[in-house]
Amino acid sequence: MNMSTIADWVNDRAGLAPLKELAQKKEVPLHRHSLWYYFGGMTLFLFFIQVGTGILLLLYYRPSAENAFESVQFIMTEVQFGWLIRSIHSWSANLMIATMFIHMFSAFLMKAYRPPREFTWISGSLLLVIVLAFGFSGYLLPWNKLAFFATKVGTDIAGVVPGIGDFLLRFLRGGDEVTGATLTRFFGFHVAVLPALITAILFIHLLLVQRQGMSVPPSLEGKALKKMKFVPNFLLRDLMGWLIALGALAALSAIFPWELGEKADPFASAPAGIKPEWFFMFMFQTLKFIPAKIGPIDGEVLGVLAFGAGGLFWFLVPFLDRKTAQGKPSRGFTVIGIILLVYIVGMTIIGYTQ
Amino acid sequence: MTLSLVLLFLVMVSKAQKDVTPSGSNQPIPTPASEKDSCLECHKEMGDQLAAPVTAMEEDVHKKRGLSCANCHGGDPTSDDPTLAMSPAKGFIARPKPVEVARFCGKCHSDAEFMKRFNPAQRVDQETEYNSSVHGKRIKQGDAKPATCISCHGAHGIREVNNPNAPVFALNVAQTCGQCHANAEYMKSYGIPTDQLHKYNQSVHAEALIKKQDLSAPTCNDCHGNHGAAPPGVASVSNVCGTCHARQAELFDKSPHKTPFEAADMAGCVVCHQNHQILTPADNMLGVGEKSVCTSCHTEDAGFQGSQKMGELIVGLNHHINQTEDLLNRVAITGMEVSRPMFDLKEARDKLINARVLIHNFSPSAIETAVNQGMDISKKANQAGQDALSELQFRRKGLAASLIIILLAVAAIYLKIRQVERRAL
Repeated sequence: MNMSTIADWVNDRAGLAPLKELAQKKEVPLHRHSLWYYFGGMTLFLFFIQVGTGILLLLYYRPSAENAFESVQFIMTEVQFGWLIRSIHSWSANLMIATMFIHMFSAFLMKAYRPPREFTWISGSLLLVIVLAFGFSGYLLPWNKLAFFATKVGTDIAGVVPGIGDFLLRFLRGGDEVTGATLTRFFGFHVAVLPALITAILFIHLLLVQRQGMSVPPSLEGKALKKMKFVPNFLLRDLMGWLIALGALAALSAIFPWELGEKADPFASAPAGIKPEWFFMFMFQTLKFIPAKIGPIDGEVLGVLAFGAGGLFWFLVPFLDRKTAQGKPSRGFTVIGIILLVYIVGMTIIGYTQ
Repeated sequence: MTLSLVLLFLVMVSKAQKDVTPSGSNQPIPTPASEKDSCLECHKEMGDQLAAPVTAMEEDVHKKRGLSCANCHGGDPTSDDPTLAMSPAKGFIARPKPVEVARFCGKCHSDAEFMKRFNPAQRVDQETEYNSSVHGKRIKQGDAKPATCISCHGAHGIREVNNPNAPVFALNVAQTCGQCHANAEYMKSYGIPTDQLHKYNQSVHAEALIKKQDLSAPTCNDCHGNHGAAPPGVASVSNVCGTCHARQAELFDKSPHKTPFEAADMAGCVVCHQNHQILTPADNMLGVGEKSVCTSCHTEDAGFQGSQKMGELIVGLNHHINQTEDLLNRVAITGMEVSRPMFDLKEARDKLINARVLIHNFSPSAIETAVNQGMDISKKANQAGQDALSELQFRRKGLAASLIIILLAVAAIYLKIRQVERRAL
């Protein structure tokens, strides 16, 4: 039985012909910004790495305040290649968030959110929120000192949201303080709730991308552009990128294994200079710069509200940028995107150098 | 009606007097602090030396508890006439002689009933203790120079012992004793050394108490007593040290040194550790080297060999633990997870500390057992460090191999892309 016979056999039963047709038809436009197309696929690849390594970690991880730290220690010292799996999971998580930010800003600056891709943008924004929640919940799971206090600070910030702050804080912590209950809860979010959400939304996001094809920047729209077949030309290039990413992950994991630190001690005082993960640093640093009181309102509350409003603005960009929707140049939104990018990078650098 | 009011007033006055009158005192103290106090009124106006006690009293613990001049000095503070106010007939004592001071303070401080009202846990044996001290005995013999209550506590402006500004607060005790004991001129007639303060300041105890502000560390009164201050005798030295260093004292009492030391009038702990200049003990106090304290008695005998063996064992374990610690620190810097052996090594250090304590029994075999326990743990931790280093090498080689495979795969895909695109042209 040769390969084509097997393919025919499967096709007769599963009806894969439309998929084959889609794969053969799918093309990628070639222009000076084509490089940015690779970051979506790269994010997807790193996500699959996360799923694979996450499942392997689940074989040994124990989600309780008494056992979590020791189980991660066991993974790193006793389990064959456990150190590699845990380091790859941690490094890949961070690289995935980085490539996701790049993918998002390239989509923003190339105005890929304009009609008819509003839903693609919104689903992508939701994916970012979910991935940040993955990062926040996963950070606590080793139950080490830094993660413990970072979670305390992070959930404190959630607690200042007007109206629902108290509820949000108790919902996240499973009580008034960060305890074993918080760990168990974060574990549940990390391995059940968030994976279910991301699977559904990722499916919609990818479906929409296939339906609508690749967006080209408005300045190139309507021009005769060269195209590359997705299968195999673009896919092979994707594969090259993924392999290089895999090499980078292996190198980072072997040369800079992800540290475990000291076990969390709820009775110890917070270590000096506690910092959140790098992808929350720009928000953390902004809150530090805001004065304690602005008029009658608490500075922190105002900061949290401002970030909420900013997030909503970002989410609704396809409906706010009317000029792009009408096919006109929209320099204002390009400037907003660049300012935001510079702001995030700048605040992150300040956060780490202060 | 008028008669009733007068009677009520008299009852209240007599009750107020009773509240501040020590039961054992022959001279009732007439004036509570809240009423007229001609002592304060006059002395305030007098200025200089005569006003100084009034100013000092502002911070005094007695004043804070409602007492005033007449409660100690007697007299009649309700009278504005100095002759009546300071009348000896009313129990006035201007300045007690040194020999009278202990009784002067003891009027109240030896009265359990009276003191209980201010502090139910207050000791009342200070006067008795003082009378048993070298200071108290000499004072009774007519020597006016030894310390009395006021030499250490001050006369006016007396602060509670837990007040950091009090001369008897733990951190200040050595300086307070040193006012006399470090004054060679003052102490000349007694023929005792005056270098105790200097030596104490170099000691491990002073380092803990004064530099590290560890108030549980001992100062003069912890070994000599405070009110009953006396040098501990040869027989009681190990008891004195043993109040804190209980295990060492217990081991020493069972050791072969106890009896010959006492027979030779050698004060236990002091023989090796000195008294005031007790330095941080070091491993080189063992063995047969230059700083060995054993070789000052033992030369070429079984004790000499035992000291040599114990020194080698302790130094050997310490050296091994330090080496292992260096190794684990180096490994940890590379990012390898070695927190468990690092934790285990702490237990090896505990065993080393235990072995150092066991020295006080002077039994090489007991030391060997303790050292071997520590050595086993240290060796395992060392092996874990070595394994982590080998693992690191393995990872680096694995990484190199993986990267080569990945590079080859990337190159193969690149060639495939070229092939596909050439075919398409």
